[in-house]
Amino acid sequence: NSELFTLTYGALVTQLCKDYENDEDVNKQLDKMGYNIGVRLIEDFLARSSVGRCHDFRETADVIAKIAFKMYLGITPSITNWSPGGDEFSLILENNPLVDFVELPDNHSSLIYSNLLCGVLRGALEMVQMAVDVKFVQDTLKGDSVTEIRMKFIRRIEDNLPAGEE
Amino acid sequence: VGHAVLAINGAEVNGRVTADGKDVMEFLSNPANYPVSIRFGRHRLSSNEKLMLASMFHSLFAIGSQLSPEVGSSGIEMLETDTFKLHCFQTLTGIKFMVLADPRQAGIDALLRKIYEIYSDFALKNPFYSLEMPIRCELFDQNLKLALEAAEKAGPFGPGS
Repeated sequence: NSELFTLTYGALVTQLCKDYENDEDVNKQLDKMGYNIGVRLIEDFLARSSVGRCHDFRETADVIAKIAFKMYLGITPSITNWSPGGDEFSLILENNPLVDFVELPDNHSSLIYSNLLCGVLRGALEMVQMAVDVKFVQDTLKGDSVTEIRMKFIRRIEDNLPAGEE
Repeated sequence: VGHAVLAINGAEVNGRVTADGKDVMEFLSNPANYPVSIRFGRHRLSSNEKLMLASMFHSLFAIGSQLSPEVGSSGIEMLETDTFKLHCFQTLTGIKFMVLADPRQAGIDALLRKIYEIYSDFALKNPFYSLEMPIRCELFDQNLKLALEAAEKAGPFGPGS
């Protein structure tokens, strides 16, 4: 049942807004919380989906959009706007379960409401040795027609590689 | 023979003393307590021994993958001796699950994957469990016990036999 989920997330964001009073800090907290979720969620994902290691960023994009998003949010974003180097792509979300029924008021124009998702993706990928940058570049809450998340591969995390993965 | 009493009538035994403080030999020599069901098995490792085993094996696992003549070899997945088999499963995130079992025990691969699921459920989804700390979650222990019992019951031919 997604209503409770939407309400719970909404309660979380509004409480953070009360606690922190400025949008930037709330965005940071959402990212941090998302990160803590991501580092745990990845194990659940790997345990349940039996997906193997991705050989390149394109495979990673496919797995994220077609398996992970489907599994956890019930949606399948489309993958577009690949950079020429193959190290950046966009996820286009037609609908975002976190923002059902939500309208951003004018006094929170720099709030990235669903920033938790960026943290989750960042945390999860870090646990499989990928450093990425994730950010929203379009948001239906801000009047854009779609919600677009841009993901950029920064580097492979070489310290603490699991044995056998060099 | 190297076997020790692990449990009497279902309750675990600690050394020579039962869970409610009675001496095991006394209990067994009193006919009033019969019939009694006794579980024998290999002596269980203490927490310290487990820590030592894990840290030693962690290095051996890595050395194993480097020593291998095959390029891109994984670490040590299975170590077989006359008295036990050690199985190791490493996740993509670098966590290793190790199981020490009887050499004839089958179904360990499935067991390792089940343990991964149990870990991701009862340890990771418990917000009060901190990553990389010892897991002191009751639900984790309970479910782990169930999985182990299911694997043991299945015997040398795996589940479904």
